[in-house]
Amino acid sequence: MTAAIAVTGLTKRFGGRAVVDSIDLSVEEGRIMGFLGPNGSGKTTTIRMLCGLLRVDAGEGTCLGLDIRRDAAAIKRQAGYMTQRFSLYEDMTVAENLDFAARVHGVPDRKARVAEAVERMGLAARRNQLAGHLSGGWKQRLALAASILHKPRLLLLDEPTAGVDPQARRDFWDRIHGFAAEGMTVLVSTHYMDEAERCHAIAYIAYGRLLAHGTVEEVVAGSGLAAAAVRGGGPGLIERVKALPAVETATAFGAVIHVAGGGGAALAADLSAFCAAEGVDWEPEEPTLEDAFIHLMAGSRDNMAEGAA
Amino acid sequence: MNRCFSCARLFAMISKEFVQIRRDPPTFGMMVGIPLIQLLLFGFAINSDPKHLPTAVRDADAGPVGRAVIAAMQASQYFRVSLIPDGEAAVEDAFAHGDAQFVVTVPADFSRRVLRGEHPALLVEADATDPAATANALSALDRLAAAAAARELAGPFAGLKQGEAPFEMRVHRRYNPEGETTFNIVPGLMGVVLTMTMVIMTCLAVTRERERGTMETLLAMPLSPFEVMLGKILPYVAIGYLQVVFIMAAAKLIFAVPMMGSLTLLSAVTVVFISANLAVGYTFSTVAANQLQAVQMGFFFFLPSIMLSGFMFPFRGMPEWAQVIGEALPLTHFLRIVRGILLKGSGWEAIAPDLAAIAAFLFVAGFIAVRRYRMTLD
Repeated sequence: MTAAIAVTGLTKRFGGRAVVDSIDLSVEEGRIMGFLGPNGSGKTTTIRMLCGLLRVDAGEGTCLGLDIRRDAAAIKRQAGYMTQRFSLYEDMTVAENLDFAARVHGVPDRKARVAEAVERMGLAARRNQLAGHLSGGWKQRLALAASILHKPRLLLLDEPTAGVDPQARRDFWDRIHGFAAEGMTVLVSTHYMDEAERCHAIAYIAYGRLLAHGTVEEVVAGSGLAAAAVRGGGPGLIERVKALPAVETATAFGAVIHVAGGGGAALAADLSAFCAAEGVDWEPEEPTLEDAFIHLMAGSRDNMAEGAA
Repeated sequence: MNRCFSCARLFAMISKEFVQIRRDPPTFGMMVGIPLIQLLLFGFAINSDPKHLPTAVRDADAGPVGRAVIAAMQASQYFRVSLIPDGEAAVEDAFAHGDAQFVVTVPADFSRRVLRGEHPALLVEADATDPAATANALSALDRLAAAAAARELAGPFAGLKQGEAPFEMRVHRRYNPEGETTFNIVPGLMGVVLTMTMVIMTCLAVTRERERGTMETLLAMPLSPFEVMLGKILPYVAIGYLQVVFIMAAAKLIFAVPMMGSLTLLSAVTVVFISANLAVGYTFSTVAANQLQAVQMGFFFFLPSIMLSGFMFPFRGMPEWAQVIGEALPLTHFLRIVRGILLKGSGWEAIAPDLAAIAAFLFVAGFIAVRRYRMTLD
């Protein structure tokens, strides 16, 4: 398989500070790549560099076989980009927005394609509504419809499901998988773990650096974490669990405390002694993707805090 | 603490406003800058009693009385005299190009006929398109001419000083014989309205995209900067043109402004002028961070345009530095062209220098606009 995105050393500096610091990324054609990381980690900046919206300060690579530095205009013609914040015209109707996008992209047989997109996205009943009057979920559908009108080979989605209800999110992901099945490559940034788990591969960046890259299983295994569930016990137990040397995180899920921490036997040893003393039960669990991310984030340095006023 | 009014809450609100004002230097600059500009313009640049008006003299006589009158005109400070060759063509030329506000014709044998007591006439032609610019100078003319002649008529001719004036001052107000100020203001208003609306409209059109976040979508689309700029400007050319048609119709039907020249020529010039203003607006929009700043910048451009262009106050009444600024503004040149075409019936050749100035302005503004427009978000 060929790579739809292949970049190395991608760097962007704002005011001398590297917001994206030497990132290597490759996404195979027809794959869905989940792009994760805390707020302000450089996800949006990376996506904007990939589609030519920001100049690249260092690094090189290709998108759809085109040089990201030289061929930004050609990349724009073959890529679809859905911005984090709704950025279509709120004072235009659904149909007018789609028609504008189709005309700018020079979509052949425009009327039919717009009608088809309206139908496919279930926007038919709202085609004459002003985009500004749509609710979050419908705005998101409209934005997606506009970004795929010209049948792009690469779809860049920047937190497309932020603030969207679970049903709409599920529908959205079904569509994304449909596009991938047709051969479209998708790079999607998200904060949701369930969405990350629906991706073929994920990349995790924090503070501008790529910390992990691979399938969900690979990223979890790569973190070297162990996890466990602690049951029973009264109030204050979670604080005492957190104080254990091998425990990195302890999170309450109702009556169960999910614990993650040092790999190998360290966590088990600590918990055995602790639970015996407290008179509570524990059992080992599979570490989750979230455990892995929090572990990665804790291990990286916050370069954003430097020089901040 | 009162339920409807609390000082603590009020101070919270006040200090929040100050924090926001501090974060928006352009608005603050505007609050300081506008009064400063107004003070400077009204205090120093504007003068409703213009002096040193360019006056061309055809002296076919070259005798002592004519010279005395001309010297007196020069000394009055109202007239800046220069000699031009004799002949109708030279006079027409001086008026058409706006080189002369007055042309004084001293007929042949003028001095001799004065001495003979024949009461000859001295012809003073005034470009009265802007009645305000010539009124004071004309009223000064009568007094000073009589006084000058009186000094000249000494000795054996002293008797001529008695009774009626030794010669007649015949004043022709050309282009606007009744001295109607509306004839001057209504065509000028066209330029003012276009400057005001066109600059602000384009300025808003682009900053609105940025402020609402739609710029990101626009940039991600395969549009070239030139396409974006033209696409933003052309609709407003059409709107500006509608305004022109509307004002022209009103000028004709309501104010009965004479239309001496070619309306086709005026239309063509208007398109260039509209484009120049749109290019200014577009340039501002590449600098302004939001729509408020865009409007403020438009206002900064509009203020000197309206004050220094010769629309509100006679151009020739302003000091040199203000005239230099005025010459750099497209409205100044457009006013000359509109008044020239409508009132004087100027043709292509007469307006060419002013049109060239507007075109140069358009070129420079357009160049800056394209250079400043960013294809990327950084």
